[in-house]
Amino acid sequence: MTSTVLIDKAAPTRKVKYGSMSRDRAWALRWSYFFLTLFAIFSLVPPIYMLITSLKSSAEISAATNPWWVFHPTLSNYIELLTSNQFLTFFRNSAFVSIFVVTITMLISVPAAFALSRMRFWGSATLATGVFLTYLIPDTLLFLPLFKMFVVFSNWTGIQLINRWYVLLILYPTLTVPFCTWIMIGYFASIPKELDEAAIIDGASWFQTLTRIFIPVALPGLIAATIFAFTVSWAQFLYPLVFITSTDQLVLPVGIITTLVKGDVFNWGQIMTGALLGAAPPLIIYAFLMDYYIAGLTAGATKG
Amino acid sequence: MVDVAFHPNSVATGSARKRSSLRTALKRKSTAAFLMTLPLILLVAVLVIYPAFYSLHLATLNKSMQRFVGLGNFAFLFKRETFWLVVKQSCIFAVSAVFFKALIGFIVAHFVHNVPAKGQRKWRGMLLVPWVIPPAMSTLAWLWLFDPSYSAFNYTLSYFGIGPIPWTGDAAWARFSVILVNVWFGAPFFMIMYLAALKSVPEQLYEAAAIDGANWRQRIWYITLPMMRNIIAITTLFSLIVTFANFDIVRILTAGGPLDHTHIFATWAFRLGIEGGDIPLGASVSLFMFPILAIAAIFILRDINKRGNEA
Repeated sequence: MTSTVLIDKAAPTRKVKYGSMSRDRAWALRWSYFFLTLFAIFSLVPPIYMLITSLKSSAEISAATNPWWVFHPTLSNYIELLTSNQFLTFFRNSAFVSIFVVTITMLISVPAAFALSRMRFWGSATLATGVFLTYLIPDTLLFLPLFKMFVVFSNWTGIQLINRWYVLLILYPTLTVPFCTWIMIGYFASIPKELDEAAIIDGASWFQTLTRIFIPVALPGLIAATIFAFTVSWAQFLYPLVFITSTDQLVLPVGIITTLVKGDVFNWGQIMTGALLGAAPPLIIYAFLMDYYIAGLTAGATKG
Repeated sequence: MVDVAFHPNSVATGSARKRSSLRTALKRKSTAAFLMTLPLILLVAVLVIYPAFYSLHLATLNKSMQRFVGLGNFAFLFKRETFWLVVKQSCIFAVSAVFFKALIGFIVAHFVHNVPAKGQRKWRGMLLVPWVIPPAMSTLAWLWLFDPSYSAFNYTLSYFGIGPIPWTGDAAWARFSVILVNVWFGAPFFMIMYLAALKSVPEQLYEAAAIDGANWRQRIWYITLPMMRNIIAITTLFSLIVTFANFDIVRILTAGGPLDHTHIFATWAFRLGIEGGDIPLGASVSLFMFPILAIAAIFILRDINKRGNEA
């Protein structure tokens, strides 16, 4: 699409040879590349610096040599972290929590989005808007009442929720479900009505319409929502910090900060290695599924 | 249209089979739809709506949560200087961070849009990386870049004769640093949104403007900005909410220090409520995020209704 537009734009200048215009355009392009390079450097400095530091030994870090270069690259930080039980526990907890949360989110939001976009019932329009508004209520407003609620809950029932990794399975869906439902409503609404009418005429039940028609057709949206739910639950920092204190129950982002920073001693080589490993899963997903990632990002504002 | 198609179906199955009334109720479209949304309704009601109101109740209790103190917590907050400092800082933080995110996002989106379509993907891919890395992880990298004794920035700046900058040690610099990190993290989101909006502006408009002799400033002011107005408004509102409620970046970078000079509502509520053990006071602080939310909600609701009418 865009490429044809751009070629159209450039074509007359090439044929007619307007000297000044093509020169202007060439300069504009050069400036664009120059500033884009600057901005790309600005964006990539922290992750690259993570990588540089992760390859250094503590001796080299404290020697205060040129911080932007690795003189004696070593993998000792990686080996040390990947063989430490504690770090692997964080990683496993994070992976468990994220995968479960993605599953729960999809099980709740896909049927709800289907019902809200196709089966009009009393209050469904209000509910759709309401779901979107709840997405705007930030976690920083809710963590104190939720904490108190869970304390009261365990006093009443004796079920210990605080300080267990599975408490996050209850908390994270509040962040992921509203937005995923909202994205899926948008995608489902864009499916032509003729498709599901044809299915119903052929005798498909509601459930079959959902699984045989809507989910396959809206698969890109489903992938985008899945990626969103995964990145949110992988990156969430406040809830584990508030609700979990014992190290064997912690997830990665909080775990790295609370265990690798011992008092005032910062073992920067290991911290950067941990941060890089913690950033790796979202980055890998992003590298392979960038278009879905971006679709999920822009869907919230453009689909509504 | 759909209703017409479906009603005969449900009626036919209902009357032909002569099931019990519960079964027919379950077969009905609205019941099925309600059951499908029930988990969502329960989740939102129990874990979002209820806690939001519960925090209103919590804010009226004393520290041990035994006694009702009315507006006592608020009266206590209003008398504390730190509270007003936090209010001021939250506003400075949110407004300036969102402004620079929007500005940088707008500029970068233009540059990416300028580049031939073949290379756009690559640039977009690199520029979106800050948004992809979990903020807690990337803020650690910034913390290390800002380290008082080993700061890589200060190392580089020393070649230009610029003395060591106390990135997180001095109040003014610390505020600058948290805003910088927030802009770094959030600008890519704006860039992606604006890029999508730029691509939807019809090329003919620019051609017509070029024929009329409009320069680039006029093209931006009279074509690009009006066409992107909706996206700019909604993205800014979104970002304002998220930035106002930010926690990770300030918590990791400065933890509110030096001397509470970078605390914002969320981090101060955490300090008072969890670390200080005074949940009601923390809840009262976090309630101050509510006005901005309400304003944003009104604007977004208006926008949604308007779009509904257009469609």
